[in-house]
Parts: sequence; C-alpha cells; structure tokens
Amino acid sequence: MTDWIIVPVVLPAMLAPVLLLLRRHLPAQRLLGLAGTAALLALSLVLMAQSASPQLYRLGDWPAPFGIVLVLDRLAALMLVLTALLALIVHAYAIATGWDKRGHHFHALYLFQLMGLNGAFLTGDLFNLFVFFEVLLIASYGLMVHGSGRDRLRAGIQYVAFNLIASTLFLFALGLIYAVTGTLNMADLSVKIAALPPGDHALIRVAAVMLIGVFAIKGALVPLQFWLPGTYANAPGPVAALFAIMTKVGAYAILRTITLILPASTPAIGPLLTDLLLPAAALTLLAGAIGTLGAATLPRLAALAAIASIGTLFIALAANTAETTAAGLYYLIHSTLATAAIFLIADQITARRSATLAAGPRLSGMHAALFFATAIALAGLPPLSGFIGKLLVLDSLRDSAALWPTLWALILTTSFLMILGFARAGSTLFWNTTGETTAKPEPAALAAIIALVALLLALTAFAGPVTDWLALTAKDLHTPTAYIAANGLETP
Amino acid sequence: MEILIAFAIGLLAACGLYLVLRQRTFPLIVGLSLLSYAVNLFLFASGRLAPGLPPIISKTAAAYTDPLPQALVLTAIVISFGMTAVIVLMALGAWLTAGHDRTDMPKGDDA
Repeated sequence: MTDWIIVPVVLPAMLAPVLLLLRRHLPAQRLLGLAGTAALLALSLVLMAQSASPQLYRLGDWPAPFGIVLVLDRLAALMLVLTALLALIVHAYAIATGWDKRGHHFHALYLFQLMGLNGAFLTGDLFNLFVFFEVLLIASYGLMVHGSGRDRLRAGIQYVAFNLIASTLFLFALGLIYAVTGTLNMADLSVKIAALPPGDHALIRVAAVMLIGVFAIKGALVPLQFWLPGTYANAPGPVAALFAIMTKVGAYAILRTITLILPASTPAIGPLLTDLLLPAAALTLLAGAIGTLGAATLPRLAALAAIASIGTLFIALAANTAETTAAGLYYLIHSTLATAAIFLIADQITARRSATLAAGPRLSGMHAALFFATAIALAGLPPLSGFIGKLLVLDSLRDSAALWPTLWALILTTSFLMILGFARAGSTLFWNTTGETTAKPEPAALAAIIALVALLLALTAFAGPVTDWLALTAKDLHTPTAYIAANGLETP
Repeated sequence: MEILIAFAIGLLAACGLYLVLRQRTFPLIVGLSLLSYAVNLFLFASGRLAPGLPPIISKTAAAYTDPLPQALVLTAIVISFGMTAVIVLMALGAWLTAGHDRTDMPKGDDA
C-alpha cells in the first residue's frame, strides 16, 4: 500500500509530457489536465486517510539513511490535499477565463509545478527537497511569464535571479550540513545533530541560519520579501493564485526544520532559529498591513495582503509549541485559500478596468460581493475562517510566548489596518464609478471563486473537527519519534 | 590544497555577488554562473579533499574518497545548467520587448 506514496509525484510527471505532445489540441489538453488535477485530489484524500502513522516509501528500495525516502505523515498529507484542492479550482478558473490559451504549454507547466510541490511535501531527504524546489521553481518561471508582456518578463527575471541566489545559498547550507554530519536524510539528521560534539556546534549553527534564510526567502519573510509583490502582481491571475501555495512551501520547510531537523531541544541550536523567526514574522505582518494602506493597484494590494497573512502564520509557527503549531496550520489552510481567492477576484476586475485604484467603469454586483467576502476573510473578521484562525493564534500565544501582549497588540492593530486598506480599495473600486458599464462576469470563472469562498465557509463550519485533527498533527510534529522510527532509525 | 580551494571558492563567490548586483542582465547571468561554480567546488570539498583516491570500489584501492558529494555536485551542475538556459531566454525576451537590459522595474508602471 505504501507504493501509492510516490504516485502524486509520478502521475503529473507522466501526464505533463503527454500534454506537451498534444500542444495543437487545446480541448484534449484541457480535459487531460483537469482530469490529472482531479485525480491528484482523489489520491491525496486517500493518502490523507492513511496518514495517521508516518509511512515510508524507499526509492530503489535502499534503506533509509543511504537511499532517498518519501515520508507520508499527517503534515505531508495535509499539504498534498491543500495543494490539490487549490490546484483543481485554479485550473478550472484558468480554463474558464481562457488564460490557458494566451501562451503555449500552460497545462504541462501547471502539472510540472504540481509535481514539484507534491515532491517537496513528501520527501524525507534534504537534498531531494532541493531538487523538488528546483522542479517547482523552473515550472513556476514558465507559468510566471505565461502570456508574455514587457513588465511580466522583467518582473520574471527578478524572480528567477532572486530564486537562483536562494538556491545557491541552499546548496551552501546543504554542503555544510553534509560536511558536519555526513548525512542528508531528515530523520537521520535529527538523530545525528542532537548528538553532535561541541566542537561542531558553530558550523551547524551557521548552516542552520543559512537554511532558515533560504526558506524565509521562499516564504517571503521580511527582510527577504522583496521578490513577492512584483512577482505576484505581474504574474497572470490564476498563476498568482496557485503561487499562494508556494510561500506555504517555505512555511512547511521551516516547520519541518524547527520541529524535526533542528529543534530547539538540540544543544547545538537552542532557541536560535525561533528567536530569529519571531521578530521577522512580526515585521512581515506589519509591513504587509501598512502596505495594504498604500497600495496603488489592486494586484499589489492582494500581494501585500498575502505578505501580511504570511506574517501571522509565521508568528504562530515561530512560537513553536504544539498549540501554536496547530493554530498556525489552521491559519495556513485559511491563508492559502483566501489569498488565492483575492488574486482570482483581482484578475476578474483588472480584466474589466484599469488595475489602478481610482475611479473607473461600474463593476457587477457579484464581483463586489466576492471581493467583500474575501476581504473579510483576509482581514480576519467574522463569520469567515480568518476570524477563527486569528482567534486560535491569539489564544495559543497567551500560554506559549513571553511577548504575547506585544504580539496581541500587533495582530489586532494590523487587522484594523487591513480593514482600512480593503475598505479604501473596495469603496474606490465599486462606488467611485463613471457611467460606463463593463462586460458581464463569466459564470464558470465566478463559480471557481465561489468554490474558494465556500471552502472558507466550510473551514469555519467544521472548525471543530479540523482543529482536533490539526492538534494531532502538531503533536506528532513536536514528538517526531514515530517519524524517525518509520525511517528505520532509532531515537537516542 | 585546502587553502587553494578555499581561496578559489571565496574569489568566485565574491566576483559572482558583485556581478549579480550590477542590475544588467548579462553581468547578472555571468554572476549567477560564477556563484554556482563556487557552490559546486564547496559541495565537492564537503566530502573532505582526498587526492588520488577512487570513489568506487576497486580491488587495488587502499582507501576511498566520499562518492556522495560528487553525485550531489553532478545534480547541482545539471540543475544550474537548466536554470541558466531559462534565464538566458527570459533575458533575451525582456531585452527584445523592452529595448534595454536593465533588471530593475521602470518607475511608475510596476503594477
């Protein structure tokens, strides 16, 4: 049964070349592509049902520290399901709006991107994580400049250059870690680093900070967030929506690092990483929220709101207890879906009027209603899941972080700033109108956005069962004995 | 030997970083290549430098060098080769559409 773990990587890898061959047949591409993402969703749900105890898949059947392994645990399963769910909705949107016709190979690149994402979430080997990062990045470069255009290409170059420098840094960190420990298997690293002689502590600390730096670039933490607004605002709408999961890859990698590979209980590391992450997360939230007040265009507003939600997520992760991690994971699901929804709405609106936040033609009521719902979700107002997410984060911080009054003040103030930012943008877009009317919304495209908002509603309605499940996930993460045992290694 | 390799890595990384900061696509690409050479050397050295020893099993060998970093370097070379090809194409596209090769966004219209 464990053979199924490799399928989320292999399926898109096999399907994408087929789509490349079908480049002259758009309907066939659409059908196969959509069937592929739907199959991935079904597969992820099946895997999620089996993820209660960590399971191992050995590539080439080599035993754990020597060969590369894929590990399916609750966190990996959660990320797989979230990716597949988002991918299916965004894929449907891209087809409904005709974005996939504006350049070649949209569907093939899309599936390669999913292959990289799934692999990154499943792998139990640090170098293999690097390889899957590159797979998802090279596909994202293609998607980012899909449909071309001068500004998109130039923003694309900045994005590629930033990520290539990050990859170089990642390799330096991997080299250091290998030089000190002689292994790259995550579970094996966890065991080896905990038992490191004091003479090697300085080297592993350097490697740890470089590693966290790389993941902070992926997760767009201040001061490494510069690539995000330009990239997301210039990328095609559906691609920006899919990229909502890309920053979460950084969050996932940081979570694995601070719970499994380099936990605070390790003598060599101590609270070094979380002490670095917490102020960065707080600044990220502040920068994003202030940014929403000053954003000149709608896509930029969406990108800055995405940065703010990453800030809240990382505050919860950096507090690094089982309760805050569970709250953080709930917020992660919410933030991914809400960010994707705002980028899709921004795409709908910018297709009908200029992106600048100034007077323009009248937009339909459906667009206004969906923008309003998503803004409520992102700002963290009831009744949507942003409210519950922030409440869970605030509640868990009270027992877990010494600085909780400051963090409470920060999270509550920035929520207010975001309400102001969205209110300003919404009233300009929908009330400050000239007489002209715009094209009617495409029903299929709206249905995709409504599906995202409905998922946010479901996340609110079923918050109880979801948080129970996430509490188990967080507990497993903070006591990784089962994860290490699944690799066939022993915890000291 | 170690000192020579360390100087080579440092020099390559420093030159690479300087070129990356030039804000023009051609120096940027050369700089990224230099950075990837630096990291390849670094990865190679992470398995300890052992001149003249084979990485694969042989009957006559007295000792072995670590084969894993060589596999890692090979993977890293292939990936950086692919990435360089992508950024060259994108730089070419940007140069043809914008008429110049600056990497910063024009003021005012970076939506």
